[in-house]
Amino acid sequence: MEHRIGAWLTESEHATLRVVMDVLVPNDEISPGAGEAGAADYVDLLLGAFSFEPPRLFAGGPFSGRQGGEAGFDQWLALGALDELGWRIRIEGSNGLADREFNGPVVGWQQQYRSGLAALGADFCESPVDEQRRRLDTDPEFARLAFEHACESLYGDPVYGGNRNGSGWVAIGFDGDTQPRGWTDDEVSSPAAIPVAAPRARDSAR
Amino acid sequence: MTDLDCDLVIVGSGPGGSTVADVATAHGRTVIVLEKGRNHLLSLEPPFAGLGRFGNDELKFFERHFLGPDPLTEPRTYRRSEADGDRLLTGHVNSLPSTVGGGGTHADAKLPRFRQRDFHLASDLGPIEGADVADWPISYDELEPYYAETERLLGVAGEETNPFAEWRSSPFPMPPGADMYGSLISAAACERAGYHPYRAPSGVNSVEYDGRPACNNCGFCGAMGCAIEAKGDPVALLRRALRTGRCQIRPESYVTTITTTADGKRATGVRYLDADRVQREVRAGTVVLACGAFETPRLLLLNDLANSSGLVGRNLTFHFQTMSVGSFPFPLYGERGRCVTHVHDDFIDGDDTSMQAARAAGLPWLRGGLTEHGAAAGPVLESKTYGPGAHHGASMRDSALRRKMWVFTMQQEDLAQASNRIDLDPTVTDAWGLPSGRVTYSPHRHELVTSDHYAPIMEAILRDAGATWAFSTTSPPVRDLELHVDSPLGLAPASYHIMGTCRMGSDPTTSVVDPQGRFWDVDGLMCADSSVFATSAGYNPTMTLASLAHRTASLLLDEPLAPTVPYRP
Repeated sequence: MEHRIGAWLTESEHATLRVVMDVLVPNDEISPGAGEAGAADYVDLLLGAFSFEPPRLFAGGPFSGRQGGEAGFDQWLALGALDELGWRIRIEGSNGLADREFNGPVVGWQQQYRSGLAALGADFCESPVDEQRRRLDTDPEFARLAFEHACESLYGDPVYGGNRNGSGWVAIGFDGDTQPRGWTDDEVSSPAAIPVAAPRARDSAR
Repeated sequence: MTDLDCDLVIVGSGPGGSTVADVATAHGRTVIVLEKGRNHLLSLEPPFAGLGRFGNDELKFFERHFLGPDPLTEPRTYRRSEADGDRLLTGHVNSLPSTVGGGGTHADAKLPRFRQRDFHLASDLGPIEGADVADWPISYDELEPYYAETERLLGVAGEETNPFAEWRSSPFPMPPGADMYGSLISAAACERAGYHPYRAPSGVNSVEYDGRPACNNCGFCGAMGCAIEAKGDPVALLRRALRTGRCQIRPESYVTTITTTADGKRATGVRYLDADRVQREVRAGTVVLACGAFETPRLLLLNDLANSSGLVGRNLTFHFQTMSVGSFPFPLYGERGRCVTHVHDDFIDGDDTSMQAARAAGLPWLRGGLTEHGAAAGPVLESKTYGPGAHHGASMRDSALRRKMWVFTMQQEDLAQASNRIDLDPTVTDAWGLPSGRVTYSPHRHELVTSDHYAPIMEAILRDAGATWAFSTTSPPVRDLELHVDSPLGLAPASYHIMGTCRMGSDPTTSVVDPQGRFWDVDGLMCADSSVFATSAGYNPTMTLASLAHRTASLLLDEPLAPTVPYRP
């Protein structure tokens, strides 16, 4: 079992989700698969955001520290009352609570992941990839949600739990956040004079 | 006056409200600014430093609604017409940020002025059947002093090479910033086609200005707060107002009621809910609505106020956006620098070919809009467009839809139609239980004909610039709707340029506010946002919005700026 945050998903759910993410966004000779790069951790942190104080939803600022300056992204920002209401509805669902059902009931992401992963079957991880794809296709809403999160995890800032070691960014030659260094005027207007790192093979990228 | 809490209470802290706060406090008045959203912009205690909450973080700004509103707690609804029923969709609909600084916090701050003709379109060009083409009750010449002063207060970088630009009384406060690489390529192709690209007027510092640093080209600009305060709008205005000691900003204050005298003829203040949903009241000499062209009419409709004309919420305009997309065989480095550094105006008044296109379609004239030369958003958004599967990694590395993509976005003039409007949704509410605002909008045939005329021209320019393929799309989509359900642009107009819902005019039966921004029906109630626009023009609205707000405040305080004359460089 690899690294797991353990914020909300069970160990079994985490393992299944890792495979789901790799089916949706598989690796190749250069790019990591989403699961391999930490997508299950990303979702786990999202679903369990309210088990932290402040909730791990809005990273701090203004700099990550990777490009200089004092690292502030891991100084999570407090939520306002309305932020919290919205995110609890989105993550936990409305659960019959009147203050969350002003426009009707909402099934939260926690429930969508719990039921979606369970529906894939206990043998999902060991099944052939064609069978894994077939089972995901039977629940397109769940597959769509997971794909959205796979993309966010792979190319969002690593502080959110995915994009492990920046491996998603490295694969596509994206520099990620650039503050406080930024780009010089020459790098903006005449970038050909300053070569960009070519994508590297996966093993050397990690 | 001693029972008043302040001279002016301003509802909304975006570019309009911030400008009024700055002008009023500079002239010794006290103001309270009520903002529905949270404050991430600056400390409200001296020395009013930045809070450091903005950064290069695509997820926080694009996916997690950090600047608000959250579509779950503050949903809006959209339909094309009544034929869609009560609504076509619920959620995010043109949702400008709900936060201290409003739309100014997320804008990449293109700040062009309008032109003479934009203020008297009906007189100049005449009517178009099915549209309500109107003259503004003011002219460019009347607004020029306020344009000049607002450019100075915000800090605008630009150059005077646009042959279509109007006269100016002063130079731009700053020279332009660094040219984006892709813009240099697309601008050169534009020139080969006979057009006149120029460096976009921008509220992004090219040099240190007003105590804030020059932009360092980080590339995370559009739809994001600036990590280093290189954008002047609106932090500069609010900080200056706070430093006078005569301005209070109250975030998380949701105004629900405009209080009036018993006869409803004079505004006396507002009631609002604070962050704990406790009702509070502010009594003021003047109430200034600066909530934006969506929320201002919604608030008036909730209060059944200022609507003797029946036009509150009507004549809603966006910019009908035609986007021509080119994919190049080489990277264009759009992730570096400002989002847009070059634009061209040639499509606004057009030429003989556009006149021919208009006549062929049975229209007397057509107008396009300022055309932005720009790049795509970040890799998260890009990755979602490719869909799942084994191709994903290779598609992202090739990056045909980001790194190798260049886009012309034409901000087309959108003709006013009374049927296009903001009203109250009959059943959908916000988290406070108040009816959500609803957009009913369909473009006029003018917009479609204009789009069809210019799209192939823009595609040809992109191909000449080196694109291997090009295509065009619009927002809102007008054909093959089902193909756009999953589009990043969505079904509703994606434009954040929202205008016209409390139209300014000289006749109280055909307008909502008078030429000074005062509501005809209610004394002591004023408007300082783009609701008052009589036409949408084909230019980004913020500079005109803020300049009008400056004028409205100055006239209210009997402190008008002196008329100006052209300067000679």
